[in-house]
Amino acid sequence: MPNETQPHLNVNGEALTIDDAWLGESLLYTLRERLGLYGSKNACEQGECGSCSIMLDETLVCACLVLTGSATGKDIKTIESLAPEGSLSTIQQAFVDTGAIQCGFCTPGLLITIKDFLDENTNPTDLEIREAISGNLCRCTGYGRIVEAVRIASKTHDETEGGN
Amino acid sequence: MTTIESYESKTKSGVGVSAQRPDAVPKATGEFPFSSDLSSHNMLWGQTLRSPYPSARIKNIDISEALSISGVHAILTANDVPGKNLFGLEHPDQPVLADDLIRYAGEPIALVAAEHPEVAAKAINAIHVTFEELTPLIDAESSITADPIHPEGNVIRHLKIDYGDPSTTGDLVIEGTYEVGMQDQAFMGTESGMAVPSPDGSVDLFISTQWLHSDQKQIIEALDLPEDMVRLTLAGVGGAFGGREDVSMHVHLCMLALHTGRPVKMVYDRNESFLGHVHRHPAKIWYRHHATKDGRIVKVEGKIILDGGAYASTTSAVLANACCFSTGPYRVSSAQIEGWGVRTNNPPCGAMRGFGNVQTCFAIEAQMDKVASALGIDPVELRLINALEQGDTIITGQKITGAAPVKEVISSLAGHPMPGPAENNLLARPGGTGRTTDQKHIKRGVGFAVSIKNLMFAEGFDDSSEALCQVDDGNVAIHTACVEVGQGFITLVHQIAEEVLGTSDITVIPADTSIGSAGSTSASRQTWMSGGAVLKACEAVVVKLIEQIFEDEGVKYENLDGTLVSEDGTKTIPVAEALKGRSFHEKVIHRHAPTFPLNSKGQGDAHVSFAFAAHRAVVDVDQELGLVRVIEIATSQDVGRILNPLQAVGQIEGGITQGLGLAVLEELVMKNGVIQNANFTDYLLPTALDTPPIEIAALIEEPEPGAPFGAKGIGEPPTISSTPAVVAAIRDATGVDLRRVPVRPEDIALE
Repeated sequence: MPNETQPHLNVNGEALTIDDAWLGESLLYTLRERLGLYGSKNACEQGECGSCSIMLDETLVCACLVLTGSATGKDIKTIESLAPEGSLSTIQQAFVDTGAIQCGFCTPGLLITIKDFLDENTNPTDLEIREAISGNLCRCTGYGRIVEAVRIASKTHDETEGGN
Repeated sequence: MTTIESYESKTKSGVGVSAQRPDAVPKATGEFPFSSDLSSHNMLWGQTLRSPYPSARIKNIDISEALSISGVHAILTANDVPGKNLFGLEHPDQPVLADDLIRYAGEPIALVAAEHPEVAAKAINAIHVTFEELTPLIDAESSITADPIHPEGNVIRHLKIDYGDPSTTGDLVIEGTYEVGMQDQAFMGTESGMAVPSPDGSVDLFISTQWLHSDQKQIIEALDLPEDMVRLTLAGVGGAFGGREDVSMHVHLCMLALHTGRPVKMVYDRNESFLGHVHRHPAKIWYRHHATKDGRIVKVEGKIILDGGAYASTTSAVLANACCFSTGPYRVSSAQIEGWGVRTNNPPCGAMRGFGNVQTCFAIEAQMDKVASALGIDPVELRLINALEQGDTIITGQKITGAAPVKEVISSLAGHPMPGPAENNLLARPGGTGRTTDQKHIKRGVGFAVSIKNLMFAEGFDDSSEALCQVDDGNVAIHTACVEVGQGFITLVHQIAEEVLGTSDITVIPADTSIGSAGSTSASRQTWMSGGAVLKACEAVVVKLIEQIFEDEGVKYENLDGTLVSEDGTKTIPVAEALKGRSFHEKVIHRHAPTFPLNSKGQGDAHVSFAFAAHRAVVDVDQELGLVRVIEIATSQDVGRILNPLQAVGQIEGGITQGLGLAVLEELVMKNGVIQNANFTDYLLPTALDTPPIEIAALIEEPEPGAPFGAKGIGEPPTISSTPAVVAAIRDATGVDLRRVPVRPEDIALE
């Protein structure tokens, strides 16, 4: 490929050099297809559905809208960093317990969004929860169980979870 | 109010409890592999060249420039299809790759396999196709008499239902014409999969689908390979809702893999996904209802036209549903219904949740409200007067022998408390913070609607599902080809096996084509069909277990609710305990009671079972701005028996939200045969802010005879009457006679 480069990325606390990324490559493609971090999902490629939500320098972004080259040197956190292997964060546990997961395709993006939200708002109203997740589309659940999961998680959420 | 904690079972996670999905944890950690997450050493990326024109003749395809691009390994066209260049879910009428005529915008023409998706995209752009543009046929009604656009003609199916005395008259006649726009399944995980070739010329396809064996049958015809050389394994499915029942990339992937000798992966982007699967049929519906002064619907006349698009898909079966249930969950003495499913150069339409019942339910329920209003009868009362009951006959002459708690569904919902005023917050108003709605312009409306849905396949289809219960030294494994799309069948497998065998230590073998067909994950059928097969396979193991113990010990045991009791009553042993150290291999095929074709008058016992639901929507509307806020949707549903309360609620909430989408948001906008909004910026799915709290007034548990555990399928009813309930609520708030869904702001504001 032309315009190849070697971006340096800091992904989930690990400093990585990508060998043969293309300059126009999206961060989502790099994360998934070069680093094998398939937890971030690709569903619209235009920042509408939130399935690829990640944290970039502590800002919630859609990885599909970020060029890999522009993420050089920045701190990237994906779904894979939400809880140590073999355990679940309180938000993940609430999703499992309340039936917030059906096909599960939107789940990783929602979990990243909700962690970011609950880090800032520890006692949200239902309307605030719905607003917070309105950038993440879910086609299976109708959001009812997801709102319930956030309600439950908000009571026990600890913002130090997920390696912040 | 039914709470999700109110069900108990004798086992911790047997039937009736809110057992946790076995795939919930890997889905929450991101580890669950969806079909788009597959990769393989030496893998290539496939892409598809599609027609930009809805109707055209291919004059020439020049692949030379594309082939010369470094990193491109294959470019395939119609000439490279090894077998029959035709596929189709009900019958083959659609080219795998277009060879001459283009019949819809988005029709596949050529395939590319390359080292990187960007290289593949470059190659797609370097394929030069010379088209002769033709005038597309885009109007469904004129298609009936227009020149054929396909060798099989334009009318895919013409169906008449002639029931009762056509000369029946009522005191009141209400006539109306209605339209339903083209809705999309819009599952979150786009079509994706990977084909892996073997040196012997066979291929393994890992794919997200709804029906592995139907796919396999279509693929082997196109590849000209025997069944055992095309093996399918289910890959993680990111939702389906009918849109994966048809073949999409399946044959293409296998062709590229067999041609290059390398694994090939394809993932449609969202735009291509909209082009790559069938949609819900747009419909035009005319009705004339005849009622007596006291509110009895005595006769319904109707004409229904479904736009099937370029290829047949399931149009025939969708039309049958639209016609068979064209009088709703109501008793009528006479019906004359005529329906057409036709071809046009619009995108092909086929299965989507609700399958034909959605379109007519919208129109029927509008008619019922008009009858109620003209007679001065409360809309809920009118529905109660006409509600079907067990023992009644529907307009196909079929008697309802199973549970039909229509009145209970309606009454329980009508008695449910109404929501209070909306929160005094911009976010809670129609249009949200981005709009300028003023509280004093907001009017509230309430709408009510009821639906009927047939469960499982119909009209004589030999519908079956196979299940294996394998016990190996006491370890239980269950195998079916039933596709898990997110609905939770995988949870039910555990629950059913535990209910019978008493152990929660159960392995579910991945769904593939090494076992017999499970049929499609559609038509609200898998709990009954594959759930029934799993139940029978587990029960067969217990029978064999009892036989084996008798051979070993000479003692006859009987199975009493999971415990084996000796004939003399002196010895008891739990089934799970008795299985330890033993091995069994019991495979069974489960069928539902046979159904029969409809005759020339549309009469016949074509259906297995029926499920009913009612929805009540409350909306706030700013009529000047044409903005709607759905405040609450409440429901009651006939469920037979609830096997997993949490999953039942999930199906109901999700299904209602799709119905809300059709009511006020979702439509593929067509212009001269071309979709104008094939992306998530312009095709509007309900967000969490568009979706209100959903109240479950009652889940009516009246066990269905013949159904495993008495359970009716619950996936589709929520999507059917939620749409007309929302539209009725908007009519109530505005007084506008809304005859088309989705209701657009201009439909409200400009009236």
